[in-house]
Amino acid sequence: MADKIEITEKMRAVLGVESERWTHEVTTTSVRAFARGVGYTDPVYFDEASAKAAGYRSLPCPPTYLGTPIFIPGKSNDTFSGPKNTGPGLDHGLKNVLDGGTETEYFADICAGDTLSVTSCCADLSIRESKTTGQMLIVTTESTYTNQEGKVVAKQRGQGLFY
Amino acid sequence: MPLSWNAFDEGSALPELEKKPGVTQLVKYAAGGGDFNPLHHDFAFPQSKALGSIIIHGRFKYAALGELVSNWLDHGGRIRSLSCQYRGMDLPDQPMILGGEVKRKWEENGEKLAEVELFAKNASGKNTTPGSAIVVIDA
Repeated sequence: MADKIEITEKMRAVLGVESERWTHEVTTTSVRAFARGVGYTDPVYFDEASAKAAGYRSLPCPPTYLGTPIFIPGKSNDTFSGPKNTGPGLDHGLKNVLDGGTETEYFADICAGDTLSVTSCCADLSIRESKTTGQMLIVTTESTYTNQEGKVVAKQRGQGLFY
Repeated sequence: MPLSWNAFDEGSALPELEKKPGVTQLVKYAAGGGDFNPLHHDFAFPQSKALGSIIIHGRFKYAALGELVSNWLDHGGRIRSLSCQYRGMDLPDQPMILGGEVKRKWEENGEKLAEVELFAKNASGKNTTPGSAIVVIDA
C-alpha cells in the first residue's frame, strides 16, 4: 500500500501514446470458450445453425467479448495474454492492481471468422482514496478494435486501479 | 422470442439472472477470456492471501451483465454500448442476482433505442457492479 502516489511528468508523457498493434482472433472455438466461461445457455453462441437462424454470419461475439489476443511466448503478457509491451511503461512501482470499470461501444457486429487489430493507449491518469487500499492510481486505457475490412467495430475504455 | 419494441416500456424490469460462480467457473472464464491473473484462481497468491480469498473477475461480472441484456434482447436487437463499474469485490460460491430496468425509450434517426440501468447484487443485497447499456431494437 502506498502512502502517497504522485503523477509525475514522466508518467504524463505516456498519455495518448499508441501501443504496438496486436491481433485478436474471433473463432467458433473462442466464442464458445468465452460463452461457456460466462455460463451462457443460449445456443446462438454455441451452435452455428442456431446463429444463422438468428440472422448472424457465424457465431456472434457475446457482449464484452472482443476476441482473444493471440499468444506468442516471450512476446505476450503471460498473465493477460495481450502484448507484453503495451506502449511505454508507466513507471509507478505499484504492485497490486484491481479493475475499476469497463465501457464498450460497438459500431458493427463481430462474428467468428473475424480478425481484429487492436491498439490501445493510456487516456487518463488520476488518484483516488480508497477506504480499504489507501491511495490508488487510476489508469484509464482506451483500446480501438478494427476488423479485417478496416472498419472500427468497437472501442473499449477500462480503468486499472493500482495500489 | 426476440424482443419487440412494443413488449416493454420505461420502467420495465429485465428478467433477472442468478449466478453462483465457483472456482471451476472462474477457471473456465479465465480460459475463455484470456485473463490468467492468479487473484481469480490461486488462493496462495499474495494478493489473494492479503484479501482473504480469491475474487471474481470484474470482467466476469461485466460479461454476466452482457448475458443479462443478451437474454432480454433474445437477438431482437443489439447492444450499442455497455458499461459498468466494479464497486465491490465478489467471492466465489456466493449467489449474485443480476437485473436491470428500462430508464428511457426513444426513437432517433429512424432507430428504436432504449437505455437500461443494470445491477449485480451480492448475497447481502449490495450492488457491487452498477452498469448501464444502450440497445437498438430491430422492430
